[in-house]
Amino acid sequence: MILNLFEPGGTPLDQQRFTWKDLVREPISKLDDDAFTRVRVILMNGIEQEALRFSHMMSRQSPPALRQALAEVRRVEHFQATMINWLIGPDHSPLETTIGYEQVAIEVTAAIAQKEPDPYVAQVLRFGLLEDFDHMYRYSALLDRLEGKDANNILQGYTDIVPGRPTVDEHRSPEDDLRDPYRKDADPLTKLHSITITAGEAQTQNYYLNIGPLFADPVARQLYAEIAAIEEQHVTQYGSLVNPTESWLEQWVLHEANEVYTYASCVQTETNPRIKQIWQRFLDYELGHLAVAQHWFKEIERRDPAEILPTVLPSTIDFSSQREFVRKVLREEVDLRASGTQFVPREQEPPRSREYRRQLNSQGSPSNAVAAGYRWAAGTELAREPELATIE
Amino acid sequence: MDESSKLGMNRTGAQMAPINTRSMREAADRIGAEPARGETMGAAAVRGAYVAESGTVGSVPVPGTVTGMVKTGMQKLMGRAPEAFVDKLGERLAYERTGVRLYEALMAKCQALQGTDNALPLDELRVHRDDEARHFKLLERCIEQLGADPTAQTPCADVIATSSLGVLQVVSDPRTTIPQALNAMLTAELTDTAGWELLIKLAREHGQDDMAQEFERALQQERHHASEVQRWLEVQVLEPA
Repeated sequence: MILNLFEPGGTPLDQQRFTWKDLVREPISKLDDDAFTRVRVILMNGIEQEALRFSHMMSRQSPPALRQALAEVRRVEHFQATMINWLIGPDHSPLETTIGYEQVAIEVTAAIAQKEPDPYVAQVLRFGLLEDFDHMYRYSALLDRLEGKDANNILQGYTDIVPGRPTVDEHRSPEDDLRDPYRKDADPLTKLHSITITAGEAQTQNYYLNIGPLFADPVARQLYAEIAAIEEQHVTQYGSLVNPTESWLEQWVLHEANEVYTYASCVQTETNPRIKQIWQRFLDYELGHLAVAQHWFKEIERRDPAEILPTVLPSTIDFSSQREFVRKVLREEVDLRASGTQFVPREQEPPRSREYRRQLNSQGSPSNAVAAGYRWAAGTELAREPELATIE
Repeated sequence: MDESSKLGMNRTGAQMAPINTRSMREAADRIGAEPARGETMGAAAVRGAYVAESGTVGSVPVPGTVTGMVKTGMQKLMGRAPEAFVDKLGERLAYERTGVRLYEALMAKCQALQGTDNALPLDELRVHRDDEARHFKLLERCIEQLGADPTAQTPCADVIATSSLGVLQVVSDPRTTIPQALNAMLTAELTDTAGWELLIKLAREHGQDDMAQEFERALQQERHHASEVQRWLEVQVLEPA
């Protein structure tokens, strides 16, 4: 798909309209749709949540005319978020949806890590990847042992369920979660990747904070508390990749370009025609939003968007199983730890992070408690249990 | 006595805030004398439209193996579509598997209350738990025997999981009492009994008499579970400790 980011195109903002009926559509099928359809739905909800969060923050720092433009675009983004997030069917238990969120974290992070042009940013992505990978293992154990369900009914064989960097060891002192920002003249793809991954992790943090208290089981409540804390660390990590000299308007243009990029990736790969039609519609909407953002960038900053954007879109996100890459990263990098903005062997991890987690884990580790002895099997771990003698 | 039935500072009733609720009632009658616009049947019409337009939660999976295809094909030749049977087998399998976890949650609660009047006999709970595990294995075997995939989540398995989430929430909540948990378990066990009864009829309809016989034994055990749970519940609620 070749999309020129500077040509006028897309749906004009004043024609981007919704009705309640239009917004609330039949959800995807948990059983029959491909897992990557759910991956795209979850990712794009995260992208829209980021658009809203960013736009509200920017608005607080903007003059009235710009505030109005932001409000107009933001209203549409809100409805886009609504239509997309409502595609998750209510037969997903909150824990099953969680498995979907972690599949997004693993597969999308792995896909973009392989395309990331900046080696340091690629390393940051691989570092986060192994942590989300371990979350999948812990949540799968919880799903099996609490609800009696197999996480693979959600994963559909695309994603492994084995331990990664142990969640219990992921808790770090805040200064070991910050990363070096990319250079001002970084490849545009690095900027898009940073926005995408930050969006995904932030929606995951919000989701866990919201649904954690829905669980009655205290182990589940603890596990969500624990993993939500890692998501906060991940948002800190990925958010700090952004170059701090970027202006608000520059970041707005990049956000809109990223939405074009991610929707275009969805259009290219979607297998459900009903959902593909939504991605296409929203891709056209985003081209309209990008035109608005570029207009204000030129108007206020007197800068050419070509300074920060490529003329045509870079290659799109590969929504497919990244199993071999993930296994390789697991083999080679599971023992890495963070020291300030750098990655070091486990032995060199700073005492501040060791002390931080020693205290946090001092009354027990939920992620260890939930997964003790857990080994995934198709049909749940009970399928591995030897047949019990019949009691008549 | 059931410890959930103690007197305390429950604030939910109108009688706990008589002045405020009287004022609210007056406001509802006076300020809200003209209720929200719209037809009374409006919401029902919206729901009806969605029902009419919606598809299903999903399908019964096609067999993943060649032998499975052959076996399923043979059933079809005999004039019996196996989908409904596989769907219901999948439902019961999922339910029994969740049943194992429900009894484990109940056992954890009882373990913590050992030595109190509310504790249930752990060894008997263990028997129930193991029965559920055995039923799960039985169904796994039967589904494989038909050439279908016991690891798939069938539509009925999906739907019954949604309906049993409430039971799980009650039993796994550390604040619920044993009688409250038993009440939820009774819902699960009575549903389970009815599920087995239906499955036996389906098995016979599909000419699977051997399966039906095995299911009969499972049904007897489930009936025993239901009556035990009901008895424990009655003892705890009716007899003061």
